Parts: sequence; structure tokens; C-alpha cells
Amino acid sequence: MTEDAVAWVLLAAVTAYACAGGTDYGAGFWDLLAGGTRRGKRPRWLIDHAMEPVWETNNVWLIFVLVIMWTGFPVLFQTVFTAMWLPLALAAVGLVLRGAGFALRKPTQRLAGRRVYGAVFAVSSLLTPFFLGAAVGGLATGRVAPGTEASADAWSNGTSVIAGLLTVAATAFLGAVFLTADARRFDAADLVGYFRLRAWCSLAVLAVLACVGLVVTRDDARYVHDGLTSGIGLALVLVAVVSALATAVLLYRTATGWARITAVAGVALVVVAWGLAQRPYLIPTSLTVSEAAGATTTLRWLLLVTAIAVVLVGPPLVLLYRLDTAGALQPLTEADLRRTAAGREPESP
Amino acid sequence: MNSAIDHFLADGPAQLLPARELMAFTLGSHILLVPFGVALPAITLLMHYRGLRKGDAVALLLARRWSAVMAVQFAIGIVTGTVLSFELGLLWPGMMGRWGDVFGLGFGVEAWAFFLEAILIAIYLYGWRRLKPWTHFWLALPLPLAALMGAFGIVAANSWMNTPRGFSLDASGKPVDVDVRRAIFTPMFGPEYWHFVVGVVLTAGYVIAGVYAVGWLRGRRDRYHRLGFTVPFSVAAILTPVQFVLGDSIARSVFHKQPVKFAATEIVWKTDTHVPEYMFGRLHADGTISGGIRIPQLDSILAGFSPATKVTGLSSVPASDRPTATQATIAHWAFDIMVTIGSLLVLLALWYGWCWLRRRDLPGSPWFFRCAALAGGACLLTVECGWITTEVGRQPWIVYQNMRVAEAVTDTRAPILWTMLGLVVVLYVLVFGAFLTVLLRMSRRWRLADEGAATAAAPGDVEGDTPYGPRPLSTTGGKDGGGT
Repeated sequence: MTEDAVAWVLLAAVTAYACAGGTDYGAGFWDLLAGGTRRGKRPRWLIDHAMEPVWETNNVWLIFVLVIMWTGFPVLFQTVFTAMWLPLALAAVGLVLRGAGFALRKPTQRLAGRRVYGAVFAVSSLLTPFFLGAAVGGLATGRVAPGTEASADAWSNGTSVIAGLLTVAATAFLGAVFLTADARRFDAADLVGYFRLRAWCSLAVLAVLACVGLVVTRDDARYVHDGLTSGIGLALVLVAVVSALATAVLLYRTATGWARITAVAGVALVVVAWGLAQRPYLIPTSLTVSEAAGATTTLRWLLLVTAIAVVLVGPPLVLLYRLDTAGALQPLTEADLRRTAAGREPESP
Repeated sequence: MNSAIDHFLADGPAQLLPARELMAFTLGSHILLVPFGVALPAITLLMHYRGLRKGDAVALLLARRWSAVMAVQFAIGIVTGTVLSFELGLLWPGMMGRWGDVFGLGFGVEAWAFFLEAILIAIYLYGWRRLKPWTHFWLALPLPLAALMGAFGIVAANSWMNTPRGFSLDASGKPVDVDVRRAIFTPMFGPEYWHFVVGVVLTAGYVIAGVYAVGWLRGRRDRYHRLGFTVPFSVAAILTPVQFVLGDSIARSVFHKQPVKFAATEIVWKTDTHVPEYMFGRLHADGTISGGIRIPQLDSILAGFSPATKVTGLSSVPASDRPTATQATIAHWAFDIMVTIGSLLVLLALWYGWCWLRRRDLPGSPWFFRCAALAGGACLLTVECGWITTEVGRQPWIVYQNMRVAEAVTDTRAPILWTMLGLVVVLYVLVFGAFLTVLLRMSRRWRLADEGAATAAAPGDVEGDTPYGPRPLSTTGGKDGGGT
């Protein structure tokens, strides 16, 4: 019972990271495709402003996912990090490059420096979700079991590649939808159309990849494939498809606030459906939730800590997102750091 | 060092050395940012409060500038910290797989605390412009508490590795009967926690104050530099004697709870009474000591307040269960450097306190400011030393007396790990180098703007917030970063 609850918490954290972190990765993806210095100036300006206050918070979900994994399901953690060594190591490198690139671009004034940091940020925004997605896809195929050693086959098979691409496409979709909304928020009328078009395109790519994925997983990841094409999994996937289509329509009507909700719902539902499709396994078909579960006392404490944390963290998180969407959060400008007239008189000796 | 490398190679699997080096390098880099992650918000809030309370524009400017620094520092801290979470799995899957559910809960607390910190810091950093001044301040006030909570989680996990408990082993050696409370509040937790918290706060204080000490030495003796120096330096100076007592107390806790680690940090070979204290010096594999300053009886006196105190020696346990002579020497040097710097800082704090009591003023001597400028760097060195003492002193155990480092290490082949280490070193050098460059550029930009403001109104920043913006055509902003 307890372990099921913790598994739900884990799934919820993964979902939250997919949506919150995914949006940021998507913003980085569009930064990458924004074109040269002059052409990409406006979109990059928006991307910077939209991501700035929230990207660190969004990133912390990942740490939370890892902590729940090793505290709640130590065997799962050990297995995943042993078998998926390379993609996860590369994802970690990507995370460093991405965070550092983004954080250092802002205070850098030299154009050449900005270009380098921006490129680093954008490229790693593409690679990191791909590797994370590929690792997850590899788990779904059942190539990994407790004790499996690291091998390229575990994460470079068809399902893994499709899962990696799907992850990138989903982040691009989320990023484009949120940036469309941000463009409206920042009164950048030209960028509304710009990102709306990209949201539609990424949705189309997502649809194509999903169809390819259906074919590939039929033989390669049978258990998850079956779970996603029948019962509750299928129901959730269908609702997700409707959400995604609704997003496209809402964007057309520039109801961007609602489009954000449906876009997040679409991605979240697919992640939850995938989680349900794996039941009762954490790694199909070799490690079940109860086999992987750690000591029951710890799991109970983990739930307690989670419950307390939801109470403590929830309100500030809501406040952050509300302040952010209300436009109350703005970076300090150079001028703010320069109002120096007062108090700068040399002291009399 | 060659003998140490040979020893590692002989002792464990080939991937053990690169795995340890990778962990040591990434953790050793990250730990330099930790003092600021924990304490910079608190010190900034102190300055912020002063600014709001007294309507002090200079204090508010300092608080804003420290926020701008915090924004970059926190981001680098987040990414280097995330790497460590990954490495627990990438490098030490054996430890996490076996013990994750026994000691992982501390990390759970840490993750949530850190989450809260990230949220509050975002609101604080980006709230300067639009939030009401006091609302802005009050929203940020829980930040230091969240930071302390995060430190709680991490130190709980580390102290568990030093004095593991809260479980029993079944026939196959698997931990069962987990008692979470006992596993979090282990004997070393209290001493480690307070030593750590006070240490990082005073380190942050000395480093920030050092920046303004340098400015002061260069003749920029205005209220801005005085305030920027006094507030963080006072915090650090008050905590320095406290840390001296706490450091002494944790050493005694190690003596009682981890006698072999204590023997390593004091290079005590044979269990005995009337043990001498060695300042530095080198322990050899046969138990002899060369070099160093020998003070008779002192080690026994420090450990138990009497020359008759019996101190456990390294040779009391089999060679396979204790640090090698080289490792002991490393831990010993780290410990002695930490203690030496700590003692010197106490003198510096007393100097400051004396002048303050006598004249209500900063010391006039440039030597005071020279020392103060160096104190920050020295403190960062002690942070590294403290960490080396506790980690190297625990060898060969990853979980003291329960799991060896060699049992926990990943199966990934050594060449891959060496390659990864090379990649990460290059990456971190670039990232930390860029980080420092950015900080120095910011500082110089502000200084030039301040100097410009004294004579004429500063030109508006054209390029300020548009990434990749075209080069400004105006003549004022033509030079990169205003450099001359």
C-alpha cells in the first residue's frame, strides 16, 4: 500500500518535471532555432524574460525525482543508473552546460560571449531531454533488469530513440505554447504568431512521432504498448490527444491562458498513462513496485515528509507562478544597480 | 602521491580511482559555492533590512548588487548540485541500492527545502522592481530557514555515513528494521551540523567582506565600502570564536565516535596514553612520523583534558580497515590547516572586536584590511579541508564499518570514467572561469558606473537586457563592458 503511494508520488514528480522542466527545455529548443543574431533577437529576448524567474524552480523537480527514487526504490535507482550510465551521464553534463549557459548569458555584455553561452544553453536544451527520454524509453522495452550492466543497446534501440525524439518534440510543443502566452503577456504582438506557428508545427511532428512510436513499440516494448492501447491507459491517451487538439484550436483563437492548461494536461496525461501502462512494474517486466520498495518505515516517513512539504512548498510555488504570470517579477536592470548618487561621498578622514 | 595511487590500484577495482577523483572534483567544486547558497541570502537580507529600516540608499544598493551576484551564483550552484545527485547513482550505485532507504530521507528533506529555497530566491531576485519594499523583504525572510533546512538534510546523510545506525542486518547482510529517527539523528549529526552551518556563514561573511577590504585598500574609502565591509565582517567575526569552540567540540566527538578517524587526523599510530600532538608531519606505513612539530602530551590533553587520556591508534584495527599512511597524512594536513587558519581568524576577529569596543571604528591599519582580504580565500580553503578531513579520514569505508568504497563503486569501466573526469574537469574549469569572469566584469562595471556617477550622469545601458542585441551604435557603449 505504502509503496504504491510512493510510486504515485514518484510518477507525480516525473510528470511535474516533464511539464515544468519540459517547458524550459522547449524554450531552449526555440532559442536554438531562432536564427542569427539579428533575426533571433526578438524571440530570444522573450525566451530570456519568460524563463528567467522560474527555470531554477522547474529544475528542482528533477532532484526530487532522483531523491524519491533512491529513498523509496533503491533497487530501481541502482538498476537505472547502472544500465543507463552513458545517457544519464550525458544528461548530467547537459544540465550543467544548460544552466551555466543560461545563467551566464544574462550578465554578459560582450556579444561574442553571449553567443557562446546562448549556443551552449540552446544545444544542451536539445540534448538533455533527448537523453532523459531515451533512458526512459529503454526502460520501457524491458532490456533492463536488476543486475543488467551498462550497454549501448539498452538506450540506443528504436523505442529509446523514438522516446527521446518524442520528449524533445513534447518540450518544443510546451515551450512554444507557453511562449505564445508570454508573448501576449509582454505585449509582443509579432511573437504571438511566431510561436503559435511553432506550437502547431511541433504538434504535427509530435503526432507523426507518436504514430511511428506506436508501430515501433508494438514489438519492441510490448508490455507498455499494450498498456497504452487498452483500458485506462488508452482512455488517458485519448484525452491527451483531445487536449492537444484543443490546444491547437485555443491557440488559433489566441485564448493563450487556456491553451497553456490544455497543453500541460496533454503532456501530463501521456506521462501518467505511461506510468499506468507499466503497472505493476517500475521496470517492465522485471521489477515491480513492491519488489523495488525500500523499508516500509522509510516509505511512511517519505510520505509524511512529502505531505509536509506540499503544505510548505505549495503556497509559495503558487505565489511564484502567479507573480510571474502577473508580470510582477522582473529582473534588476543595469540602471537599478547604478543608482549610486546617494551615499557615495568620500568620508571625511 | 604515487604510492597513494599504487595503493588505490592495488586495493580496489580499476574504476575506483577515477570514480573517487570524479566525485572529489565535482563535490570539491560545488562545496565552494555552498557557503553562498546557504548564507548569502541571509547576509543580503540583513543589509536589506538595514536599508529599509533606516532608509539607507547605500545599504539598499548593496543588497541589490548582492542579489544580482546571487542570481548567477545560485544558478551555478543548482547545476553543480544536480550533478552530485546524478553521481550518487552513476558512481556509487552500490551504496544507494543497499542503503538508500536507510539514510535517503535526509535527502528528501533537503530536496524539498531546496525547492522552497529556489522558489523564494526567485521571488526575491525578481521582486525588487514591482513588489512593495516591505512585502518583498518579508517574502524573502524564510529563505535562511529554508537554507538551514537544506543543510540539515545533507549533513544528516553525511553524518549517517560517518556513524551509521538505525538499522540491523539480516543473515544476508541486508539492512532491515529501519528506524528513520535514529538514522537521521546519528551521534555525529549535531556536531557536524553546527560546525557546518557556522562555518559556511562565516565563510560567506569573510569572502564578501574581503571584496570591500580590497576596495578599501585601493583607496575607495567611502560609506559604500565601509558598509559593505562592516556588515558581513561583523557577522563573520562574531561567529569565528563560536566556530572555534564548535570545531574543538566536533574533534572530541570524532575522538569518541570514530576513534580510527581521530587517529588518522592526529596521526596516532599506537593506542597509548600521554600521546603527543604533531603539527603537520608525515606518517609512514611503518608507523613512524617524520617532520612536523611535536608537542608532548598535548593530544591526550586535547582529547580528554588529561595527559592520562588513552587515544586509540591506527594500528588498533587491521590495515584493511583503516586509512593508509598517505590517506592519514592527507587528513592530518587538512585538519591542521583548518585548525591553523581557524586560530588565525580568531585573532583577526579579536583585533576587529578590540578596535570596535575601544573606538567604535574599523581598525586603521592597512594590515588589518590585508588580512581581511585574505580571510575569505582562507575560509574557502578551510571548507575544503574540513570536507577532506571527514571524507579521507573515513577511508576505506563509504558507510563506516558497514560498506567499503570499493563495494559501492559502479561497474563502469575505468577508461570511460577517466574520459568523463577529463570532460568534467574541462567543463568545470570553463564554467567556473566564466562565472568568475562574469562576476569581475559586473563588479568593474558597477565601479566604473559609480565613478562616472560622481562626475556626470551615467549613460543609459543600451545593451542591458536584450540577448544577442546588435552592438549599440552610440559612442558611449561602443567599448565592450566599458573597458578601457
